[in-house]
Amino acid sequence: MSTLDEGVAKTEIAAKLIPIYVMGKKYEVPESLTIMKAIEYAGYKYIRGCGCRGGVCGACSTVYRKPNDYKIYTGLACQTVVEPDMYLTQIPFYPAIRATYNFYELEGRPEEIYELYPELFRCVACNNCTKVCPMDVEVMDYISALKRGDIAAAAKISFDCIQCGLCASRCMGELAQYHMAQLARRVYGAYLTPRADHLKTVVANIEAGRFDLGVKSLKAMNQEQLKQAYQAREMEPATAGEDWKPKESIGL
Amino acid sequence: MKVSYYPGCTLKTHGKGLESSALACLEKLGITVEELPRWNCCGAVYSLADDDLIHMVAPVRDLVRAKEQGNEILLTLCAMCYNTLARANALMKNDPEKRKTINWFMDEELDYAGEIKVVHFLDFLRDYVGWDKLKEKVTNPLKGLKAAPYYGCTLLRPKEAGIDRFDNPSIFQDCLRALGAEAVDFDMSTQCCGTYQVLGNPEASLKVSFDILKNASEFGAEALVLACPLCDYNLGKRQGEMKNKLGLANDMPVYYFTQLMALALGVPEAECHFELNREISLGFLKERNFLKASA
Repeated sequence: MSTLDEGVAKTEIAAKLIPIYVMGKKYEVPESLTIMKAIEYAGYKYIRGCGCRGGVCGACSTVYRKPNDYKIYTGLACQTVVEPDMYLTQIPFYPAIRATYNFYELEGRPEEIYELYPELFRCVACNNCTKVCPMDVEVMDYISALKRGDIAAAAKISFDCIQCGLCASRCMGELAQYHMAQLARRVYGAYLTPRADHLKTVVANIEAGRFDLGVKSLKAMNQEQLKQAYQAREMEPATAGEDWKPKESIGL
Repeated sequence: MKVSYYPGCTLKTHGKGLESSALACLEKLGITVEELPRWNCCGAVYSLADDDLIHMVAPVRDLVRAKEQGNEILLTLCAMCYNTLARANALMKNDPEKRKTINWFMDEELDYAGEIKVVHFLDFLRDYVGWDKLKEKVTNPLKGLKAAPYYGCTLLRPKEAGIDRFDNPSIFQDCLRALGAEAVDFDMSTQCCGTYQVLGNPEASLKVSFDILKNASEFGAEALVLACPLCDYNLGKRQGEMKNKLGLANDMPVYYFTQLMALALGVPEAECHFELNREISLGFLKERNFLKASA
């Protein structure tokens, strides 16, 4: 009997090589690689400008052009596959002023955002920000929403922002859009979304000492007793219907 | 008839009374408007520099949104938004060279060549509804109200953006008469309120606004009616300052024409947002019983 390995013919991994230009210098790289892998294949080593490698951290924003095309293209190096003859450079960081504020002193009014970021009104709706966004966020639309005081819309439209900073790099009005959007989302979350009424009840119950006795008894247990108590806890059965209620209602 | 609708930034905050009363009136008149699903600030002021095309991008982008929506008419309520959008529209229609430059710069959008008609609510009422039809819909005529229509600049000037002739306009008077009010003609109804000079030269702006109110009052007006949030700020909200600094004798209530129209058409008072006007404005309407009939 042959093993699985013996039965498989050894194949050469022979992806086609294509030319790309990293900061103006030509490299032949396998066509199936992402920009990030291709840059590493070409011999560069990332010390910074590379974070999650999963398309969410915003550290590897890349700007590139294609032959005979005036358009600026962008992408995250860890997510974008190389194309023949692309000219690229990475912009891992772009300087942008973030306003300083004490969040707990804010009340959620648009005027507060205007005071912290007065340059908001330098926007001329050129749309460069939206065009350059590697996450396809409608950046100009959330800036427009902020200008008319609609914090909720700004928070929602900017939800996919990963703070890479490319919008700020292309802004005619020199705005740091993504910092404004972050403030809008914070304000929206903390001050504008409806509050959960039941949370107030639970907090009041905690403050009234409803759980004090339970916590005290847990603290008095040794490790073995804690394990037993944990295993014996009441759990909602997987097959429980919607009308299931725990016997112990102390947490409700 | 379906109509695209451009609100403008101020109508979503300090000028809410203009928007919500107008939308309620449109509903009473059986007209469906569709707010542009995406829109940006129109730019507020039309740039007069001949080669300053970058400031045309904002209003033209809004016009493109209207074209995308597939309606022929873009309705505006704020006189300044109207002016900026109408003039940008005329530029795109009449100047092929600038049109080409702007369309090329905005190459991610549909090409635009002035296909949309930009109208203000007042000329919309005149041209697409008619004063007779409006009059028919009035359930609570504003009998005995001596209202001075204040045009300001942007509804009438320049000529190509004017909703009426700029030297002796009548459209605003016709509207007020259809609502049952008495329209008071006065000399300064088309003078500038001071607009943005309130920021750089607040005293001068205060003086011209004061003169306008004084003039309207001399011609027997009890209230001033207008169509622009900035005029409302200068002529309405600064009256306290006028009293202290310039000796304004009497407060004059100031309203958006749509607020009075709403009352005449029987729209609930809450839709008018009188809390955003000065207190005396609501007081005056109560005193004269113009509120009682509105449901």
